Amino acid sequence: MPGIPRPRPHPAGCPQAWKAAVNTVEDTLKIVVLVKHVPDAQFDRHLNGEGNTVDRGESILSELDEYALEAALQLAEARGGSKAGNQVIALSMGPAGAVNAIKKTLQMGATEGVHLTDDALAGSDAAATSLALAAAVRHLGQVDLVITGMASTDGETSLVPAQLAERLGLPQVTFASSLEVSGGKLTARRDADTSSETVEAPLPAVVSVTDQINEPRYPNFKGIIAAKRKSITTLSLADIGVDPAQVGHAGSWTSVLSAEERPPRTAGTIITDEGDAGIKLVDFLAAQKLL
Amino acid sequence: MAKVLVFLDNPGAGLKKSSLELLTLARTLGESVVAVNGDVSDGVAADFAEYGVSMVLRPSARDLDDFLVAPKAAFVAAAAESAGAGIVLLDNSPEGKEIAARVGIRLNAGVITDAVGVDADGTAHKSVLAGSYNTSCKAKTAVSVVTLKANNVNPEPAVAPSAPGTSTVEVPASATAAAARITAREQKVASGRPDLTDARIVVAGGRGLDGDFGPVEELADALGAAVGASRAATDAGWISHDAQVGQTGKTVSPQLYISAGISGAIQQKAGMQTAKVIVAVNKDAESPVFEIADFGIIGDVFDVLPQATAEIRKRKG
Repeated sequence: MPGIPRPRPHPAGCPQAWKAAVNTVEDTLKIVVLVKHVPDAQFDRHLNGEGNTVDRGESILSELDEYALEAALQLAEARGGSKAGNQVIALSMGPAGAVNAIKKTLQMGATEGVHLTDDALAGSDAAATSLALAAAVRHLGQVDLVITGMASTDGETSLVPAQLAERLGLPQVTFASSLEVSGGKLTARRDADTSSETVEAPLPAVVSVTDQINEPRYPNFKGIIAAKRKSITTLSLADIGVDPAQVGHAGSWTSVLSAEERPPRTAGTIITDEGDAGIKLVDFLAAQKLL
Repeated sequence: MAKVLVFLDNPGAGLKKSSLELLTLARTLGESVVAVNGDVSDGVAADFAEYGVSMVLRPSARDLDDFLVAPKAAFVAAAAESAGAGIVLLDNSPEGKEIAARVGIRLNAGVITDAVGVDADGTAHKSVLAGSYNTSCKAKTAVSVVTLKANNVNPEPAVAPSAPGTSTVEVPASATAAAARITAREQKVASGRPDLTDARIVVAGGRGLDGDFGPVEELADALGAAVGASRAATDAGWISHDAQVGQTGKTVSPQLYISAGISGAIQQKAGMQTAKVIVAVNKDAESPVFEIADFGIIGDVFDVLPQATAEIRKRKG
């Protein structure tokens, strides 16, 4: 966010003037970024037999969540970063492996991590996940912004951010391709297929960002060292006041009845162009009644 | 008979194919009631009658388009309650899914997205993990909310047309209070091509096009198809980001997907491997796309595509 000067160090003996200067620049922000560890899509991904949940063998920080974190870091840095009191909290719900996703966010620059984990959460659908996340966000106190990626790369339903906003009673801007915050409200741009929109919402708000909004940074050496000193708080359902019966397989509002691995597509006819492949292509389409 | 609520947003002059698909599916599940935001034109009213809609519900507020989805979700939830609907059906667009998500919370209803079919008992069928599994799932709640992917139901008018009544549903005043407001809207120039996610045929180009989408666009126009692209092509700025098919773009399942100059890495496959028929053209015989293509051509896209385009034009006269 260009144009917003960082607070200057206060002149010696004049703390009053310094304080005023900070306030005219911009209030500090407390931002929660929702992150998820997902199976690496580079490898084959599987559902496991019991409960038809995703096998999280080779899990990584969801690529789409990196854009959310980068957006949060840029907003915080434009206001003087953590030194000025801005907070970027990475919140992840999931089993032990989710810590790896949180660690990556701390290396990129998040100020602290929160890991919501409880055996009773296993098998939660979007409704149950959003219930637990809403309770966790409330547990973190007054938050200005909750930022998420545009979708997870495994469940692919995109339901959770909207359900979280509905449960928290907050305005939500989805698919933001730019995001600015000033004067207690946010302004975002959304690019849909047929139109582009400019959208405004008062804070606090929930925002999901697209992969067009920024270029996420790679953790550098300094960031990796700094991350070792940052804290990751572990929360259980009891800590956030959620009844285990409301989440997990039992508390979910949908259930998977069956799952079958689709037979892999097999290769059909492959030809090498000998000058008439375009005609053969059309012959194929005609034979398939696709013309 | 169970009531099924179908939500349609600003249907315009006549219902599009994906909306007719929703109405056709709704009729197989029970008595269909429609919740419409925006004007109901004569063409749309005629479609409702032809597709056997029993009742049309409209919102008390006329400014729902000034906000992002929250007030529309409040309207749909109120409409479902007033109709006593057991199933709520929406289209599978990003906005459709977002409204579904919120309606689910408002009605304490399970939400299933990306469905390709719904049985009479409410069991929905979908594919997950980029088309590598087929699953069936069901809401455990009294009401279920389902978003239906386009091109999976054949639109069929009802045996006997209906004469639907109209009624107004109160949108709670609180619905707009906590909603993001749209302050400006710029229409993009319409391409005149079908919508990528609904299209029956998609012609997509990738790195092999080397910056020139001309041959892809011409073949698409000859076939009446939508134009898609790989992430490599959209990241290079050769074509708008909206055209991206794949894990971080759109998922399509057309009758025919023609892949031109795309290697077909997993990221791209994720967005298109549920297409009924896949045709691939690529210079590199080792491209992974040939592993899933029904018809593959090892050749130069700049030779093969224009020749195919000319041949189609010739045959169509």
